[in-house]
Amino acid sequence: MSGHVPLPYSSPQIQKSSKEAEPRWVRYLLITLAVGFLGLFLVLPLLAIFIKAFEKGSTVFFEAISSPDAIAAIKLTLIVAVIAVPLNAIFGIAAAWAITKFNFKGKSLLITIIDLPFAISPVIAGLVFVLLFSSHGLFGPWLQAHDIKIIFAVPGIVIATLLITLPFVARELIPLMQTQGTADEEASMTLGASGWKTFWLVTLPNMKWGLLYGVILCTARTIGEFGAVSVVSGHIRGMTNTMPLHIEILYNEYQFSAAFAVASLMSLFAIITLIVKNIIEWKANKSMAPVEGEA
Amino acid sequence: MSIQINNISKSFGSFQALEHINLDIQTGELVALLGPSGSGKTSLLRIIAGLEEASQGVILFGDEDITLLSAKERKVGFVFQHYALFRHMTVFDNIAYGLKVRPRKNRPSKGEIKEKVNELLKLVKLEAFANRYPSHLSGGQRQRVALARALAVEPKVLLLDEPFGALDAKVRKDLRRWLRRLHDDYQITSIFVTHDQEEALDVADRIVVMNEGKIEQIGTPEEVYEQPNSPFVYHFLGNVNLFKGRLHNGKLQHGEFEVDAPEFAETINTEAVGYARPHDISIKREYRQDYATAKVNYIHQIGAVVQVELIRKDTGDYLEAELTKEYFRSLDLKTGEEVYVKPKQLKVFIPEDYSI
Amino acid sequence: MGLFKKRTGVLPGFGLSLGFTMTYISILVILPLSMIFINSATAPWEKIWQTISEPRVLASYKLSVGASLMAAAINVIFGVLIAWVLVRYRFPGKRIIDGLVDLPFALPTAIAGIALTTLYTENGWVGQFLSFKVAFTSLGITVALMFIGLPFVVRTVQPVLQNVDKEVEEASASLGANRLQTFIKVVFPELMPAALTGFALAFARSLGEYGSVVFIAGNMPMKTEITPLLIMTKLEQYDYAGATAIAAVMLVFSFFMLLVINLLQWWTNRKFI
Repeated sequence: MSGHVPLPYSSPQIQKSSKEAEPRWVRYLLITLAVGFLGLFLVLPLLAIFIKAFEKGSTVFFEAISSPDAIAAIKLTLIVAVIAVPLNAIFGIAAAWAITKFNFKGKSLLITIIDLPFAISPVIAGLVFVLLFSSHGLFGPWLQAHDIKIIFAVPGIVIATLLITLPFVARELIPLMQTQGTADEEASMTLGASGWKTFWLVTLPNMKWGLLYGVILCTARTIGEFGAVSVVSGHIRGMTNTMPLHIEILYNEYQFSAAFAVASLMSLFAIITLIVKNIIEWKANKSMAPVEGEA
Repeated sequence: MSIQINNISKSFGSFQALEHINLDIQTGELVALLGPSGSGKTSLLRIIAGLEEASQGVILFGDEDITLLSAKERKVGFVFQHYALFRHMTVFDNIAYGLKVRPRKNRPSKGEIKEKVNELLKLVKLEAFANRYPSHLSGGQRQRVALARALAVEPKVLLLDEPFGALDAKVRKDLRRWLRRLHDDYQITSIFVTHDQEEALDVADRIVVMNEGKIEQIGTPEEVYEQPNSPFVYHFLGNVNLFKGRLHNGKLQHGEFEVDAPEFAETINTEAVGYARPHDISIKREYRQDYATAKVNYIHQIGAVVQVELIRKDTGDYLEAELTKEYFRSLDLKTGEEVYVKPKQLKVFIPEDYSI
Repeated sequence: MGLFKKRTGVLPGFGLSLGFTMTYISILVILPLSMIFINSATAPWEKIWQTISEPRVLASYKLSVGASLMAAAINVIFGVLIAWVLVRYRFPGKRIIDGLVDLPFALPTAIAGIALTTLYTENGWVGQFLSFKVAFTSLGITVALMFIGLPFVVRTVQPVLQNVDKEVEEASASLGANRLQTFIKVVFPELMPAALTGFALAFARSLGEYGSVVFIAGNMPMKTEITPLLIMTKLEQYDYAGATAIAAVMLVFSFFMLLVINLLQWWTNRKFI
């Protein structure tokens, strides 16, 4: 739900100018309305970020993004991404393999559970881990006894992020692999390949675009997650602030240019995400040419 | 490698896909599993391959009981209906796949693999396509690659699932003839599944006609075509004309005429149906006492034979006759004319014994 | 093992993959989420009821639901428009605009929040031209939720629109309908399930939205305080029970929305085929 965009496989159908199409002026009006709406609500905010970032000049900009707190925030964001994304990718692959290559009862229930993180508010996602791991939480006493800190420390941020971004890779792979079916794997088995060999040589190449797509979306969300991380992090400067949290602090302290400076970095990454996403869509469409027999 | 299928059954919940299938296949035979969709033929093939498990029964390859072995361990060659070529590998890599995935100790050297693959490329006449990807091949070419890939691991048994189903008619004919020649050269025990009776009759050593999870008849193409043992087999293997009548003391009485049915000499006054192939319908211009009157409804020239559709004057039934071109010319039939018809021979079945 | 294989399939790795999957979601999803309900179940009902029916909390429900509904409704109108324009027309920069629709998916919510706030304050680039306040009012919240929810509608409607059989429209025209009639009577009914699904998706997402809203909302209790913020506030005061109770209410509603969305998606696919 939140951020799930399945790879589009259909080709565009452009309207030819024929008798039954809308009159020209209607078309122009609709296009203008659409582009205007998008311009006002999407492009303008994006522009504002970059312009505001440099409002006070580039010195302030560079100071903002290279301050120790900023660097710490960037580092933490990257660490969380490097841990959370591969883990959720492995989960996505395992779940897709189980769901699409086998028959068993309870598949729909499993898929629904995998979808759950999309359906809940990020704040709640953070809350549940506070209930589990804070000093008043279920495992609180045990954690304290072993001097392990999860809430208000990096592990908590990682776990909360894991929950929020759990579905991304799975939700891309499942429909893709469902369409592909089991014939390739069966062929590989009859040719004498073991399970692992079949997976590496046949299944993985077949899923590569879906996997890449899911990983990109997962990474974007991981880096940008705010609500859940806000709950579990404790906002300790220099230690448990990810980039979004750091931006919040700067903004709340009225250091607007600094806030937008750091924000512009993340926005740049968001734009790159969009570009990469489009490239993958294009490549996936190309390679989805059917290899089965035609009629 | 001979194959013995003993009492194989398969059910999905309450649906019985296969029921007590018993079948013996000799080494080097080319057998067709022929039947309509839902007959269980593909299930049977996949069970033999190890891609599905039977609910009951035993399968032997030679003397060995392989029922519990996985597909990987059975070492069968399987050609899928939609080829299942690995789209990210070239033709060469596809064919080499079975050899490359062998465990280290059994794996041939790179040079040996190259030799074997090239040999197979020559066999399927695709040497120029070694570095192409499957998406750049035609359907017929992909099928040949799938076959070469299956043969590369030198299986003792070759299984093909509607191998030509997805191809154009002309390509289909060429490929099945080529498959027959290949089989004659290599003599691998082969089983292929098809719903196309022409294909089965053209290619197979023996045909296993299946319907609703059971075997209807096993025999050579001539046997199942000329001596079908049930109405279903008769219907499925070619066009058919029906003559309903009464069986009495070895003769089928049908309206104006009477046909011998010696196998029912003991039968008294039973309802029965006689089946005749189009080429067994005799048409005459002159009146004969034991012939039925019919009107020529439609004439259809197809290559070297002429199909004539007739309507019986007495019953209003449609009949389909097939004449050679010369005989047709000698009769000089025209639409709307009245002629006299009688089946030269009938295969008689009693309906209560069968339910189609 | 033979019996097990029979029921599931012949490929290897079922036990391993399913086992890992179940373990993973048990630890990350099932156990944590059930904490909400376990904790609520152990607290006295009167306390829970007191918490979730406080005027301040009720005000936050009204605000969250109201703003989400409004934002989703506006998004449906413009979302369908944008989907139509992207699918049917050609114009310069279309590919870029098409890619841009996904911006709210890719942009961190907090950044959207501060950007929108800056634009819509009274001195902001947009706010200065408006005679009414946007930032720090419920209108501002709606604007933020519109930003978040737009791609849901567009991306849900687009594929359906792409698969609409052009011949049906041509048939309608040949029978004498004008373009608007064709759209209303022939095309829109086909889009309806997808539009509704997009609406539900945008609505559900907006309910729980936090990052993009907290900056522009102003967060005044009883006026511009959304429910997720209220949970946050209770947490900061260490009122875990209170936070959990409100969260339970939100969760129940989320599950309900999930059900509705699944049904809508099933309906969309049925109409398709």
